[in-house]
Amino acid sequence: MTSLETAQKLKAKFGDLISEPAEFRGEISVKVADAEQIVAVCEFAKKQLGFDYLVDVSSLDNYGDDPRWTVVYELRGLASGCELRIKTDVSEEKSELPSVIGVWRTVNWHEREIYDMMGIRFRGHPDLRRILMWEGYPYFPLRKDFPLAGKPSEMPGVAFSKPSPMEGGPFVTIPSTSSSTAREPRVRIPEN
Amino acid sequence: MATIQDIEIPDSAARTARAVDELPDDVGEKMVLNMGPSHPATHGVLRILLELDGEVITKAEPDVGYLHRGDEKIAENMTYTQFIPYTDRLDYLAPLANNVAYALAVEKALGIHDKLPPRCQYIRVMCCELARISAHLLGLGAFAMDTGAVTVFLLTFTEREKIYNLAEAASGARLTTSYTRIGGLMRDIPPNWCDQVRQFLKEFAVALAEVEVLLTRNRIWVDRLRDLAVISKEMAVDYGLSGPNLRGSGIEWDLRKNQPYLCYKDLQFDIPTGSVGDCYDRYLVRMEEMRQSMRILEQCVDKIPGGAENKSNEPVNIADGKVTLPPKQKVMTKMEELIHQFMLVTEGMNVPPGEIYFGHENPKGELGFYICSKGGGVPYRLKIRSPSFINLSILGELMPGAMVSDVPVILGSIDFVMGESDR
Repeated sequence: MTSLETAQKLKAKFGDLISEPAEFRGEISVKVADAEQIVAVCEFAKKQLGFDYLVDVSSLDNYGDDPRWTVVYELRGLASGCELRIKTDVSEEKSELPSVIGVWRTVNWHEREIYDMMGIRFRGHPDLRRILMWEGYPYFPLRKDFPLAGKPSEMPGVAFSKPSPMEGGPFVTIPSTSSSTAREPRVRIPEN
Repeated sequence: MATIQDIEIPDSAARTARAVDELPDDVGEKMVLNMGPSHPATHGVLRILLELDGEVITKAEPDVGYLHRGDEKIAENMTYTQFIPYTDRLDYLAPLANNVAYALAVEKALGIHDKLPPRCQYIRVMCCELARISAHLLGLGAFAMDTGAVTVFLLTFTEREKIYNLAEAASGARLTTSYTRIGGLMRDIPPNWCDQVRQFLKEFAVALAEVEVLLTRNRIWVDRLRDLAVISKEMAVDYGLSGPNLRGSGIEWDLRKNQPYLCYKDLQFDIPTGSVGDCYDRYLVRMEEMRQSMRILEQCVDKIPGGAENKSNEPVNIADGKVTLPPKQKVMTKMEELIHQFMLVTEGMNVPPGEIYFGHENPKGELGFYICSKGGGVPYRLKIRSPSFINLSILGELMPGAMVSDVPVILGSIDFVMGESDR
């Protein structure tokens, strides 16, 4: 069974829910029209089509478009060697879709990462916390409207209680929540 | 002067007393031990919260992200070529392999991945295999040292030094190699490089045999590793493990064989697999992988098109002015090449709209890049599938039931690197 055949089988089973398989550079992608059905689609893909290995889950921010989010699942069948990409759109107002943790346990950290970076929530995830950023960080850094230089937040980047011995020296950055340009020693004018 | 921020110091004694009061009487006393983020056995900045009942772990919660630098965000703001140095810093134990993985991913997006000149393919394969040996040597050395066998560390680091010298001879840098370019390589290998590789292989075979004698039948080593942290086949697949951790559980899956890229299908090598899935199996798989890498390297130095000195002037770059930089002499004398050079440097190569995923068999597992392009020289989205991140997610399942002294062994056998896990 080739990857294209598995995509057609998926389409035969779910009908209009699945888009026509698209091919680019030899890879097959299908789109699931309703994100709420993603668990049923993934379960069918795993149980009936042999996609036992979830390679990766990524997320896209289609900033300015509606729906804003796309979640991308990369599936692989280790026995058949087939690969399939399943995508689904999620609107910004909702920003939520069901978790597929009941299908592949590996999505645990993938979904936490997407929540952390994009702010898309996964319903039914047992432990949806931030993973790469720290607990309490107020922004979602991979969104397209988040600037590359970052934004100041209430939380101190460094835990400290008193000045370090060399603070204010010519090559020592001052710990603070101000932007990196302000902290950069080369552009800082000595105050006294 | 900078303002000094007050930080609240919690009254930990009161909190402990409160926590003890809240405990139901029939629960045995459990202790929470915080391991890391800087602990020698965590190989970087991994933090694990261990809940202990005496010396037995009842719950383990890995906490990652201390080395997060936002590589994916950075990638969205620069051209494809500019991101190559960032790939050095993913798995910083195998920068050469990361370079190759990233270049192949972008080439797949461009649709030129099967048009690479054969000499370039062979050099890239040699880079990957050298990186594999180097990464496994560090993993093994640190693993053995955490377990108490310091001699192995000294032996493996002597050999790693030689690989660093080879990387320096080829790319000019020991660690931050950035050796590949999209559509080829930074430059050809120096004329005597293949001889140096041959010399290295000769010496390395001796050192590897020595390591083998020190460990493989060592009673202490075997006792500590055997039947510890067993990962079943189903569990390995369910958790998406890759690389030696997946193969250690007995699943014969290697992207070099199952989805051959570069010139791997012309080379002969075997895929070692474990039978039990314990720490000892993962160790044995890594040892055998190094031997298979030596086999690949030996074939490569013999078969490399153009020979060691490239007398027949085989190209190492794709001859496409819209992808690779033209020769400098032509840039100075010809109009078309000048325009190509200018466009490539200022705007980057034009990647057609679409999305691709490319997985590469890195030393730690499958390093994948998902690239979504909307045209132009900058990726719209670049997702890095990092093997260490996914391999670490199994720790919470693996550790309960083991002893505290088993933690370094389990961590060493999973063999991760935080630069890649946190990105």
